[in-house]
Amino acid sequence: MSIITNINKAFDHRIRLGIMSVLMVNESADFKELKELLGTTDGNLASHTKALEKEAYIIVHKTFIGRKPNTSYRASRKGKTAFKKHIEALEKLLGK
Amino acid sequence: MESNKYLEDIASIKNIMHKSSRFISLSGLSGILAGIYALIGAYVAHTILTTEQLTASGERYSSLSGLINAYLAHPSGTKLVLIGLIVLILAVITGVILTTRKAKKQEEKIWDASSKRLLINFAIPLCTGGAFCIILLQYGLIGLIAPCTLIFYGLALINASKFTLGDIKYLGLTNVIIGLVSTQFIGYGLYFWALGFGVLHIIYGTIMHFKYDKK
Repeated sequence: MSIITNINKAFDHRIRLGIMSVLMVNESADFKELKELLGTTDGNLASHTKALEKEAYIIVHKTFIGRKPNTSYRASRKGKTAFKKHIEALEKLLGK
Repeated sequence: MESNKYLEDIASIKNIMHKSSRFISLSGLSGILAGIYALIGAYVAHTILTTEQLTASGERYSSLSGLINAYLAHPSGTKLVLIGLIVLILAVITGVILTTRKAKKQEEKIWDASSKRLLINFAIPLCTGGAFCIILLQYGLIGLIAPCTLIFYGLALINASKFTLGDIKYLGLTNVIIGLVSTQFIGYGLYFWALGFGVLHIIYGTIMHFKYDKK
């Protein structure tokens, strides 16, 4: 078994790591918060959240605040487990 | 090469987790200033109380709390309340100004999810304590007000510490302990108050200033 077995392809990007990091320590975060925290563009963030959503690592919740649509994100249980494994794998890799 | 990238990844994960869940722009300097205001306020209150004791119409009070009781019944007792309010308002204004300045320097937002969460979690125990102090006042239990403010303020800090620099937990714990100890020395509330709100803030603010601001 190779040491990179647990390196998760889905997290192999700075923005995706960022999204998961925020959602690990916050119950939920909306699009605007994520954008500001990660310093990224709308399109970039949208494509990465979509990728994580496809893996069912995050749960998307769409509502309206007044008339404005608001999209918020939460990490799913599956996503949290996968992220933890990924971090452990990274640490192991760096420890070698 | 590869491991360098992963190292950077881990560093940025840590940074984002910290930044997104905690409001880290609290200024240490504002703690020092709040402490100084509190000490000045306590000194002025003390002066008013002792001069009153000498000039009160022949009556001597055996304890400071007896005096405060009489003083609050007196129309000019509002002076003491006024001092407390001025100290509070000055401390809050200084805190807001210095924290805003620090947030700007660090290019962080002052009013976002993390600062809102911090304020709400700080306000819940604090408002409970405020209401409880008014109830104590209602029943004339003046001596317990100083300990009560210290204890609830300490609890508010402990509660808020989960959402900002964790160090304020120790300031909170010390305030709770001082508050509990002061219940055994009723009548000396003003001194404990000066210690908890004045001296401790100055010590804490100085530590925070050198630990976080001076970087």
